[in-house]
Amino acid sequence: MEDMIFYDRLQFAFTITFHYIFPQLTMGLSLMIVYFKWKYLRNKIEKYNDAAKFFMKIFAINFTMGVVTGIPMEFQFGTNWAKFSELTGGIIGQTLAMEGMFSFFLESSFLALFIFGEKLMGQKLHLLTGFLVFLGSWASGWFILATNAWMQHPVGYEILDNGKYVLENFSALFTNPWLLPAFLHNQLASVVTSSFVVASIGAFYVLRNKQTEYGQLFLKTGVIFGLISSILVAFPTGDWNAKNVAKFQPASFAAMEGIFETENAGAEIVLVGQPNMIEKKLDNKIAVPNILSFLTYQEWDRQIPGMDQFKKEELPDNIPALYYSYHIMVGLGTIFMALMALSAFLLWRKKLYQARPLLWAIMFLVPFPYIANLTGWYTAELGRQPYLVYGLLRTAEGVSPTVSSGNTLFTLLGFVALYMLLGLLFLVLVGKTINEGPKPQIH
Amino acid sequence: METFWFIAIATVLAIFFILDGYDFGAGIIHLFFAETEKDKEVITKSAGLFWDSNEVWLVAAGGMLFMAFPTFYASVFSGFYLPLIIVLWLIIFRAIGLELRGQFKFQMWKDIWDKSFGVSSLLLALFFGIALGNIVRGVNLGGVENGVSTYEGHYFFLPLWDSSFSPLSKTPGIIDWFTIIIGLIAVVTLAIHGANWIILKTNSSINSKLKIIIFRLNIALAVLTVFSLTVWNTVNPNSFDNFGHKPYLLLFPIIYLTGLIGLFFIKKLKKDIHGFVLSTLLILGGITSSLASLFPVILPSVNTTHEPLTIYNTSASEYGLSVALNWALIGFVLLGVYFIVQKRLMAGKIDNMDYGH
Repeated sequence: MEDMIFYDRLQFAFTITFHYIFPQLTMGLSLMIVYFKWKYLRNKIEKYNDAAKFFMKIFAINFTMGVVTGIPMEFQFGTNWAKFSELTGGIIGQTLAMEGMFSFFLESSFLALFIFGEKLMGQKLHLLTGFLVFLGSWASGWFILATNAWMQHPVGYEILDNGKYVLENFSALFTNPWLLPAFLHNQLASVVTSSFVVASIGAFYVLRNKQTEYGQLFLKTGVIFGLISSILVAFPTGDWNAKNVAKFQPASFAAMEGIFETENAGAEIVLVGQPNMIEKKLDNKIAVPNILSFLTYQEWDRQIPGMDQFKKEELPDNIPALYYSYHIMVGLGTIFMALMALSAFLLWRKKLYQARPLLWAIMFLVPFPYIANLTGWYTAELGRQPYLVYGLLRTAEGVSPTVSSGNTLFTLLGFVALYMLLGLLFLVLVGKTINEGPKPQIH
Repeated sequence: METFWFIAIATVLAIFFILDGYDFGAGIIHLFFAETEKDKEVITKSAGLFWDSNEVWLVAAGGMLFMAFPTFYASVFSGFYLPLIIVLWLIIFRAIGLELRGQFKFQMWKDIWDKSFGVSSLLLALFFGIALGNIVRGVNLGGVENGVSTYEGHYFFLPLWDSSFSPLSKTPGIIDWFTIIIGLIAVVTLAIHGANWIILKTNSSINSKLKIIIFRLNIALAVLTVFSLTVWNTVNPNSFDNFGHKPYLLLFPIIYLTGLIGLFFIKKLKKDIHGFVLSTLLILGGITSSLASLFPVILPSVNTTHEPLTIYNTSASEYGLSVALNWALIGFVLLGVYFIVQKRLMAGKIDNMDYGH
């Protein structure tokens, strides 16, 4: 039983991690594509239109990858988490079905129209199709976050005698206090990723001294979007989320902040340190006193319950992983803000395009927003443990009763092999598209 | 309300098999009959332009099934664990085959992805047919062995095959001689459908040859159909009763027969679209007849210990089903509108289209 749950969790974690590489780019990128297209309609400068079309090509590759890795996500609720699906399907089935019906459909249909239909439709309709692609991909995020919000903080349900969760209030699913901050935080984080991608491609063009005109446009746009989004992702939305965790999941809050013991007057904020689960303390700790209490409650000596206040069964089962995920996300987010602020300053002083060391940094930092996005999700999901539906349904109670661990390991290995191949092909394709640039030179 | 959702999901699934069915079929035809590079390219394109918007219907069906019949969704998806995951892998291979083929110009690259598209289309058609065969035959609900249940009565787990390969075994596997027959019917049906699609949408050099191929495949289909019907009642007793009680259900087998008989006259048809309509009737009639024969059962039990799964004992709450009706109606209208827009924009032969690049 133990190893069965382990493989089920590992397979879900692996497949969702790989999947989320793609939507996190497409959501943010669609916003930037709409911006480029809208700019073009206003200033009629050809390169803005080229930029919109070029990034839609990158979008399309990512979208295909997102589709083929996304369908397994929908199926896995049933294949690996059958008991969970049976008990809660009446509720989360609503939001998941709406995602499939509205957002996926909007995206896939208007993406094709955007790519093939510019001449056919004219410029204004072309902008509209781009906007609908954006709407579809953000709606997708909204429905998935609504599903997740219900698992983090269940609302609008009733539990029957046979253990089934039935929907009592449909609109409560969308007014869930967990949903809006999580959605905004997630979408802004996805704009951070896309800003970095756009800026990084721009830096590449400028550094290699080819298609520099596009390179400068991408750098400028990426840096401006990146600065705004990396600030907003921390304040107010990240802050708002942390307050929600403190309020609704205090045990997870203690674990992710690394507070082993409750302090009488005000909790410190941990910057660095390694959780030592044997001695129940942080090794090599660097912390600033009272800041956590202030950030969370705006009171310097407000008491925050540490992990000692909770029973072992209530605490997340992998505290170090949760702690590291959260701290990596916050740490990277801070670096992004600093880097984008510096770049924006140089852009304003008209020195950015000549600042080669900084351009190299922008180019090579592109994996890190992905890591920050994923560790953000790990924080949410590891923090929800040991529950599937927080406080109500334990993870161990949700697995498929009939699927043995041997079968799950077999499919897990298959997914690993297949996704390695997909990952390679993806890199080749994206690399080729970037290398060709917005206007491929014909030899 | 359960009946409404059953019909809605069955409709969406049928639409998926009709639309994505031509992609699978084009893959099968491509694998066995395409010869010149130009034909290969245009056949791949006739599927490649549409596969992702067609797959929307699968995702919609999956989501609606999850929402409306969560117990059925949980039971079937975990019970058919291995084949379902394998189907997911095949869907991935098909998609990347279609998407990657045109990315590089050298021949080996194209050959690899052609095979990826063709073989996975063939296997997907086979697997979908086998899945339908399993639903018709029923499964060992509760995992009963010697009168003792291994799981709760609405759960099961099927091995890929049972050593007897017989649908009459007490513990049938996913693959037995009956489900293989249904699988072959699906392969042949979709191959015919794909061939019609290629004739309709392309100017490939094999178009006239394809009509002969359709004719021959249709003979095979007729033989398989007759054979499957003779054993159908042995595999699932009383499965014809529904048609006796509610004669209007006979409409569905008649739809299938119209398609089957009509396709024998493929060479005489005046318009290409007629052939495509006939193979659409085949798919529509085949799926709806099978489901109508079971209704309201959606998964029969091969043992007597446990009740079959029906639309009533697997559905979500009444409130959930009725509130979902509101948004689903909007969704259906949107899907319908988009479907028409797409078909109009992408009308005509693929070869003649200008994609602006």
